[in-house]
Amino acid sequence: MNRVFLRLFKAIDAAGDWYDRQRGDGFALYGLVFTLFVVAIVLGLFTYVSIAGFPRLGTRFFTGFASRIPEQAGILPAFLGTLWVMALVFLISFPLGVAAGIHLERYVSQRRLARLLEVNITNLAGIPSIVYGLLGLQFFVRGLALGESILAASLTLSMMVLPLVIVATREALRMVPGSVTEAAYALGATKWQTIWYHALPLAFPGIISGVLLAVTRAIGEAAPLLVIGAVAFVPFVPASVFDYFTVLPVQIFFWATKPQSSFLINASAAILVLLALTLLLNLLAVRIRERWHKRIES
Amino acid sequence: MFKIEVRDVHFWYGNSEVLHRIDLSMAPKTVTALIGPSGCGKSTLLRVLNRMNELIPGSRLSGEVFIDGRSIYTPDVDVYELRKRVGMVFQKPNPFPKSIYENVAFGLRIKGINHRSFIDEKVERTLRQVFLWEEVKDKLHKPALALSGGQQQRLCIARALAVEPSILLMDEPASSLDPISTAKLEELIYELKQTYTIVLVTHNMQQASRTSDRTAFLYKGNLIEYADTATFFTNPSSQSTQDYITGRFRTEG
Repeated sequence: MNRVFLRLFKAIDAAGDWYDRQRGDGFALYGLVFTLFVVAIVLGLFTYVSIAGFPRLGTRFFTGFASRIPEQAGILPAFLGTLWVMALVFLISFPLGVAAGIHLERYVSQRRLARLLEVNITNLAGIPSIVYGLLGLQFFVRGLALGESILAASLTLSMMVLPLVIVATREALRMVPGSVTEAAYALGATKWQTIWYHALPLAFPGIISGVLLAVTRAIGEAAPLLVIGAVAFVPFVPASVFDYFTVLPVQIFFWATKPQSSFLINASAAILVLLALTLLLNLLAVRIRERWHKRIES
Repeated sequence: MFKIEVRDVHFWYGNSEVLHRIDLSMAPKTVTALIGPSGCGKSTLLRVLNRMNELIPGSRLSGEVFIDGRSIYTPDVDVYELRKRVGMVFQKPNPFPKSIYENVAFGLRIKGINHRSFIDEKVERTLRQVFLWEEVKDKLHKPALALSGGQQQRLCIARALAVEPSILLMDEPASSLDPISTAKLEELIYELKQTYTIVLVTHNMQQASRTSDRTAFLYKGNLIEYADTATFFTNPSSQSTQDYITGRFRTEG
């Protein structure tokens, strides 16, 4: 096996070399090959899902509830559940994450403590999401007796994405020019006034785009929600944060694991909806970040 | 009575002592120039006067600094109030990335003043004080960063003045400006002297001799000479001052 890899590497090396001599830019070939490879995979998946799912995207699909008949099943509860979770994760992780980020970046003065917290937060970002699901089940669902509710799910997902928000906040604050902070201090501003009037407004778009990316991550998760008890059949429109719920990824999971193959069409269609939603959030995040860079540079 | 008195001040960054036993006093409504080669401690000394040095972790001071006869390093001193009384202008113009108006208004806002017409009036008055009003009165709500370097620096002075300090610290305020902007700034310093006590760090000896009443020469953290500017430049008492101002200075090592 090793020998095969070695040969392969040598062949790639030789190809790059050859290309280098022909065109004077060997690495461009590697880059192009791998880029095309990745793009091809993503495009392939997208095409497959589109072809399978697109015909199902009709009014009935968006307004229907779960059903045993694939053609009559819809995503209304799942879609609304995802919107609920989206809004709640935003509302929970934004203030908590930003506050923690500000504190870590501007208030922790002991270097060793800051380092310790930083390592821990980085580690938290790497914990598998299902572990957060178990934490949520024990702490929010049972401990705080929130039940298998939208609120419990949103809190769990918020805990999961909190490290992302904290890191984004710290990075955005670090981008604030030191001269601005210094100027504010020199005028007699307190630390908080400096942060509130100058650092935060400058960092805000960066923070917001970080939060949006975190929300995107949260609404794509199925595993932790399965653990805390998202259900397959929600026969009503969720009306409060204490209601039972389902979300798009969970709905997709249930459909995809059904034996009848025509449910796969539903799963594909739901995937398209979820993709559109995440794409929308991502675009929003990118837009905000671009505007921010312009502002910092001007 | 002196406006500022520095007594027996030593200052450390970590383990390296960057100011050794500095003693000097400044009379009210005068300009004092601090000169010396790079790294001599003149900027550090300047920042000792409004406690901006404290922002650097691991820094330490011994000795005492009095402003208006009151020590500024005792625990009961409110450092934020101190900095409102001792304004500062930096080497590189550093207006906030906000409008011209908001730059000047900030000092008032952090004092808790929100009265619109009061702020309007104060903005105009301070901008007039720095001879910037005529140039910017039609674009008060445009970004401050769109101004020229010289205008930005005068805006920074206006911003500092709006807080109503009695002392103004200037850290090489003209070092990034062209000759015309520099001339305007020096004129402004002369005007401001009628009201404020000014401490000016500069690399430019002509500037020191043109603008200041007294000049202090620092070298390697020591105060070598401190005298009336006229005396300082025509008849310095120390050989190294003589060497420095005539450009024959050698930094050994």
